[in-house]
Amino acid sequence: MIRYLIFFLLPVSVWAQKDSLAPVSLSEVVVISQKSPLHKTAKTLGSVDDYLAGTGPVNMIRRGNYAWEPLINGMSSERGLVTVDGMRIYGACTDKMDPVTSYVEITNLAKATVHSGQSGSSGGAAIAGSIDLSRRKTGFGTKETGGMVFAGYETNNRQKMGGFSLYHSREKFFADADVTFRDAENYKAGGRQEIAFSPFTKYNVSLISGWKMKAHSELEASLIYDKALHVGYPALPMDVGRAEALIGSAEYIRHHLSESVNLWKTKFYHNTVTHIMDDSRRPDVPVRMDMPGQTRTTGFYSLLEGGSSAHSWKMNFSGHHNYSLAEMTMFSNTPGEKDMFMLTWPGIRTRYLDLYREDTFLLGEQTSATFNLGLATHLNQVGNHLGLESLKIFYPDMTKSRLRVLKRASSSFQYRPGLWTLNFGLAYGERAPGVSEGYGFYLFNSFDRFDYIGNPNLENEKSIEGNLAATWKKKRFSARVSGAYFHLRDYIIGRPDGTLSTMTIGASGVKIYEQLPYAGILNTGLETQYRFSPQWRWHGRLSYQRGTGKNVGNLPLMQPLTYTSGLTFSTGKYTAEMVLNGATRQTHFSPNFGETPSSAYQVLNVSGTARLRSFLFKAGVENLTDMYYSTYTDWNRIPRMGRNVFFNIIRSF
Amino acid sequence: MKHLIYILVTGLLLAACDSQEVTPDIPEELRLAATLQNTTHKIALYTPNGRFQAGYNAVTFKITDPDGKPVENAAVTWHPLMHMHSMSHGAPASAVSTTRNGLYQGYLVFQMASNDSEYWELTLKYAAGGRNYIVTEKIEVAEAAKRVVQSFQGTDGNRYITALAEPVSPKTGINTMKAVLYRMDNMMTFTPVRGFKLKIDPRMPGMGNHSSPNNTDLVSGETGFYEGKLSLTMTGYWKINLQLEAPEGTILKGEEVSESREASSIFFEIEF
Repeated sequence: MIRYLIFFLLPVSVWAQKDSLAPVSLSEVVVISQKSPLHKTAKTLGSVDDYLAGTGPVNMIRRGNYAWEPLINGMSSERGLVTVDGMRIYGACTDKMDPVTSYVEITNLAKATVHSGQSGSSGGAAIAGSIDLSRRKTGFGTKETGGMVFAGYETNNRQKMGGFSLYHSREKFFADADVTFRDAENYKAGGRQEIAFSPFTKYNVSLISGWKMKAHSELEASLIYDKALHVGYPALPMDVGRAEALIGSAEYIRHHLSESVNLWKTKFYHNTVTHIMDDSRRPDVPVRMDMPGQTRTTGFYSLLEGGSSAHSWKMNFSGHHNYSLAEMTMFSNTPGEKDMFMLTWPGIRTRYLDLYREDTFLLGEQTSATFNLGLATHLNQVGNHLGLESLKIFYPDMTKSRLRVLKRASSSFQYRPGLWTLNFGLAYGERAPGVSEGYGFYLFNSFDRFDYIGNPNLENEKSIEGNLAATWKKKRFSARVSGAYFHLRDYIIGRPDGTLSTMTIGASGVKIYEQLPYAGILNTGLETQYRFSPQWRWHGRLSYQRGTGKNVGNLPLMQPLTYTSGLTFSTGKYTAEMVLNGATRQTHFSPNFGETPSSAYQVLNVSGTARLRSFLFKAGVENLTDMYYSTYTDWNRIPRMGRNVFFNIIRSF
Repeated sequence: MKHLIYILVTGLLLAACDSQEVTPDIPEELRLAATLQNTTHKIALYTPNGRFQAGYNAVTFKITDPDGKPVENAAVTWHPLMHMHSMSHGAPASAVSTTRNGLYQGYLVFQMASNDSEYWELTLKYAAGGRNYIVTEKIEVAEAAKRVVQSFQGTDGNRYITALAEPVSPKTGINTMKAVLYRMDNMMTFTPVRGFKLKIDPRMPGMGNHSSPNNTDLVSGETGFYEGKLSLTMTGYWKINLQLEAPEGTILKGEEVSESREASSIFFEIEF
C-alpha cells in the first residue's frame, strides 16, 4: 500500500501544465492525487465539500454542515456542470440541498477535474465551468488484493466516521469496493454556541469492476449507493429526512483503435435521486409540509481521443434524458381542512444531445493552442398535466415543450518563454435555464425570503469570456496570477413582482425569473509557492471576485478579497501543516438577494500526520482560536464551525 | 339467411328508435334527487349529486304519465317556496328549457337549507295536451359543505342573491368560474341582474391569505351567467372574496382584501 502513501507528498493542488511536449491541457485541472485524495487533504477523512472548497475557481455555498453547493467562478450551480465519472446527475431538491457532489465520498474519489469557463467543456453546455469527480479504481495489474480500514472522530460535532476499502486486481480483472459511514450531531460555532438542526448521518457504498476481454478492450461496471438521513440545514426552514441516490453505469473502453485514435470509451448510465424534506424536528413552523423530490436520469457518452505528436483531439457525443418532479403538500392548521398540494417542479423532462470537438496543436517548442466547439440540442417538456395547468396560471399561452440549440466555442493559447508560462483564452457559451428557473412553482428562497416562480419564456443565457494567466516558475519559487472575466448576456435572475401574492407564510414577496441585458463577473487570483528547504514549504493564495448586473448592482455570493497562507513541514514519515484562511469584509454585497455585509475573518488550522508502517495517523485542530464567524458563502450568514479537533486513522493492508 | 339479417337489423333500429321515444335518457352523471307526483304525472328531478342543497342547483327533470310515457315539450314554470316560522319566501329560479331528447333543464338557487321546522316546497306548473297541471311537494334541501350562496343588501338599498355555479370540480390551474346574480324585488319575485360585475379575489386563509394571479372578474354574458376566470395555485381551502360592482362603478357590497382586512363581507368557499 506504499503506492497510496507516496501521493501524500504531492502538493495539494497542481495547475496542470505539463512540462513535456505531450498534449497540454490548458484548463485548470485540480488533481489532488493520482490515486486518492484521501491522503492529500489537510483532513484526510474530510468531506468532498472540504476538499473542493477553495480549489481553483470553486467555492462552496453552505446551508448547513452537509452537502454544500459548488459555485464555479462565483456562479450558481445552474451555470456550472458537475458530473461523476462523466455522468449527468440532477439533484432532486428544489432548495439545492443535494448538489451532485453530495452523492460521492472522499474515500472513493480519485480526483476532481475542474474546468473554468468553456475550457474542456466536453460534459455539456455550461457557462461557469465544470467539475468532474472521478472515482478511484485500481485498474488491471499483477494479482493483488488489499485495502484499508479507516476511522475518524471530530470533537466539535461528535462526528464519527468509519469504513473500509477493498480492491482486487489481476491481469484481466479488477474490483474496487468502498463503504463509508458518517454520523454527526449538532456543531458548535465559535464560543461553543450550538447550532441547532445541524446533524447528519450518511452511508455511501461504491463499487467498480473491470474486465479485460482482450488486449485493449475492456468492460467496466460501476455502482454508487448513497443515503443520507436526518440532515439538518440550520440556514433553511426545513431539514432533510432522506436523500438517496443510486447511480449505475456500464462502459466499454477500447485502447489503440488505430494509429491516430488511441481511446474510445462508451458509457451508458442511469441514476435516480430521491430527496425527502422534513420539518418534523422544527418546533415552530407556520404550517407543516412534505416536500419530496425525485429525479431520474438516463444517459450515455461516447468519447474518442486521438492525435499525433503535434496535434491531439477529442470528440464526444453525449446525451441524456432527465425527469424532475417535486411536490409540496401542506397540512392546514385548521382541523378537517383538506391538504394543500402543488407541484413545485412540474414533472420536467429534459432531453439533451451534445456533440463536442476539441483540438490541441503544438505550434513549436513554446506555443500551443486549443480549440473546442460544442453544439447541443436541449428540449424541455412539462411532463405532468397538473404541473402544466399550474404554470399556465402565470403563462396562459405557454406550450408544453421548448427546444433550444446551445452553442459553445473556445480558443486558448499557451506561450512558454523561459521561466514563464502565459495563457490566454477567449470563449463563448450558452446555457438553457435550469428546471427551477424555467418551471419552478413558488420555490421559497430563505436568503432573500422570496417565493420564486420559473419563467418558461426565458432565452438562453450567453457568456463571452476572456481569461489570462501568467505563471513564473523556478526551482523553489512559483507564482501564478490569473484573471477571468465573464460578460453574461440575458443573465437569469429573480426580480420582484409586486403584484403577486406570496405563497410561503412570512415571505417578503414573489420573484419571477427574468433576464438582465447583461452582467459581468470578474475572477482574479494569485498563487505562490516557495520551498525553503526539502522539508519546509510555504504556499499562499489571494483571490477576489466582483460581479455586477445591469439594473441590479452587485450580484450575490461574490468573494471578497480572500487569502490563504500555509506553511508545511514534511519528512518522509511526518508532516505538519499550519494554514491561515481569511477574508476581508464584503462590502459589495447584494441587498436584493438578502445579503448583509459579511465581516472579515481569519481562521487558523493546524494538522499533523504520521505514517508508521501500515498506519496513517492524522490529527489537527480547525479554527484553533474558536473564532465566531461566517463567510460570504454562508447561506443566511449562519456561523461556521468553532474549534474542532479531529483524528483520522487509516490502516492499509 | 339474408332476409333474416335484414329483419334483425331493422328490428334493432326500430327498437333503438322506440327506446329513445319512450324513455328519454338521463345523462349518466346525474342522480335522482326527488320525485314529485300528482294524479296524472310523475316528475323525476335529477342533480349532479342526487340532492338539493343550499346555493345553485342545476336540475334536469323528466315528466312521465302513468304509462311511463314522457311528456315532452310542455311549457313548464317552477316556484320554490320556503316556509319559515313567521314568513315564507321564494327563491331565484331560471326559466325551464326543454332539451333535445325530451328532458327539461334549469336551475334553482336556494338561499338556505331546510331543517326540522322550516321546509322548502317546490311547485311545478305545466301545460300539456291543452290542459294545465300543477304539482306541489315538499323537498329536502341540504346544507352545502361550503358557502356557495350569498344573500345581502347592497348600498343601493336592493337585496341581492348571488350563487356559485362553477367550477363544480375545481382544479389546480385556471378554472372557468360562473355565478348567478338576482335582485330580490319582493319575497316572491327575483329578477336576474345584467351588466354588473362580480369582482373576485381568491385567498387561502390557511396560507397567510395567499392569493393567485391572473383572475378575471365575473361579468354577465350571453348565457345569463356571470363568467370569469379563477386561478387556483394549489388544492385546499380557498375563500373567493367578492365585491359587487354596479355598472357605473360603485361597489354595492363587499370590501377589498388588504393587510388590515382579511376577507370581504361576501365570499364563496371552495375546497378540493
